[in-house]
Amino acid sequence: MRLKISSLLATAALALSACDSCTDECLDASGQGALAAAEAAAAAEACVPGTVADFVDNVGDRVFFDFDRSTVRSDGMETLQRQAAWLNTYGNYVVTINGHCDKRGTTEYNLALGERRAHAAKEKLIAAGVDASRIKVVSYGKNRPIVEQDGSEWAYQQNRVAITVLD
Amino acid sequence: MLKKFLFSLIILLSLISPSWADLHIDITEGTFKPVEIAITPFDGGGDAALTQVASQISKVISNDLESCGLFKVVNPNAYIQNAREVMSHPRFPDWKILHAEALVGGLVKRNGQNFQVDFRLFDVFTESQLAGLSLETEPSNWRRVAHKIADEIYERITGDKGYFDTRIVYVAESGPEMSRKYSLAIMDQDGENHQFISTGNRRVLTPRMSPCRTKIAYVDFGANDKTPTLHIHNLATGQSDALGSVDGQRMSPRFSPKGDHIILSSANKGAASLYKMDLATKKFDRLTTATSTIDVSPCYSPDGSKIVYISDRGGKPQIYVRDASGGNETRISFSPGRYDNPVWSPRGDLIAFTRQNGGTFYIGVMGPDGSGERMLDTGYLLEGPTWSPNGREVMYTYQASSNAKVKLRSVDIVGFHKREVNIPGEGSYPTW
Repeated sequence: MRLKISSLLATAALALSACDSCTDECLDASGQGALAAAEAAAAAEACVPGTVADFVDNVGDRVFFDFDRSTVRSDGMETLQRQAAWLNTYGNYVVTINGHCDKRGTTEYNLALGERRAHAAKEKLIAAGVDASRIKVVSYGKNRPIVEQDGSEWAYQQNRVAITVLD
Repeated sequence: MLKKFLFSLIILLSLISPSWADLHIDITEGTFKPVEIAITPFDGGGDAALTQVASQISKVISNDLESCGLFKVVNPNAYIQNAREVMSHPRFPDWKILHAEALVGGLVKRNGQNFQVDFRLFDVFTESQLAGLSLETEPSNWRRVAHKIADEIYERITGDKGYFDTRIVYVAESGPEMSRKYSLAIMDQDGENHQFISTGNRRVLTPRMSPCRTKIAYVDFGANDKTPTLHIHNLATGQSDALGSVDGQRMSPRFSPKGDHIILSSANKGAASLYKMDLATKKFDRLTTATSTIDVSPCYSPDGSKIVYISDRGGKPQIYVRDASGGNETRISFSPGRYDNPVWSPRGDLIAFTRQNGGTFYIGVMGPDGSGERMLDTGYLLEGPTWSPNGREVMYTYQASSNAKVKLRSVDIVGFHKREVNIPGEGSYPTW
């Protein structure tokens, strides 16, 4: 989570103008005790463009894939377009795209499949103007799940994912 | 961590007239009956400490032989002679009444600081001695003496080398799914002398033992959990070192039959290609040059002339065989579903694999040309097969259901006798 001081200042200034729509929500939440205050702080951070929270909450850090596939779907394409626009705005960030697979597979093949998914996302970011040198990929295969896999299709789906992590 | 084990070994001559042994189990047969064997509790003389060790030695031998499914130990409560009597004058007609086909006796005595263990194996029906050995070693080695005796019995009766005096490395797993810890561990094949090799602070995957069983190659994600690299752990020194680098994410390392190089896969730009890396020069050679397919999980034939591996060039991951020098690539798997982890038997005659079809996983074997495919075990999640050094057993990761613990299981490839391997917690990807 390295972020240069200069950009922090810049984004703080931006926040006042660019995040009007959610300001009220942040203020509303802030009056409701300690727990709510913590949530409000998190929500407030999300309201600050150029922050990690902004990227995760407002842009979307996850691109999902079909079973055994590494083709970027249209919903993933939209997410990646937003990611690219954001990364093109905040050029100080470098990212790692983590490739993941659900647990209904084998360790070895899924390490390669995870890399293929992460790379598919990387290609879309490059095509949308992000410099390749800013993007690393690493695959965890099926060995680092994102959500607990209770047997539901939703949980499996959540783990067939490429997650763009701001370094 | 490898202790020096020095054995002196003397062959005990038969006390009775030698004859050709009839007792032989043909384990190439599809169906067979386990050999009934009587293993008398070994005798420690009047010495209390020796008596205890002697009885433990015979228990370990019994456990080894029963675990493989090829032997059935006759209930010791029915024995009509003790070990000392069996060693000097076995009454074969009495043992026949108990349906014992083989008979074992043993004596343990002191020889200076060392233990001396004498044992004899008899064929009850031909009334002849099949094996007689005297093993001398330091007292702490008593388990290995027991395994060596079990190996000798196994070899005399099956004609194949025993595998009881061997060790297994695997990935010990602990903690919930979302914060799983992985560490390398080593143990005797029966689960005893269990030791952790790594601490669980780093993600370590897919260990593979070197042919001499002195080193382990594996994937290590590093202290930051972001930099997967190949490592080699030296069992003698306890040292782990990162191997050299090639473009992409390196995975599925495996030693060549001579142990002089590693074969591996590296995933880069959405494709995974096979490489080999010379361990002396650290130089990488690219073996496959796919630009969009995944080639992974390579393994040499025992003579080093061929490589079996997984490729999804045909759509789904399937098993392919090619010449080690390149060329003659042939797909050998055609059943519905997907394959992974092909492992060539040390005998050369079979390839073990993981197969996944729908929601079911299988461990199976097929000939190197794809013929004679058969499944050995099935369940919710099975993967990562490894062969016993004699090519008669396959051990693998076994999870019975979604919530069940991840365990190691072993199956005899002829008798289909399955056993859970004794590990302290959960574990996967054994390497034998």
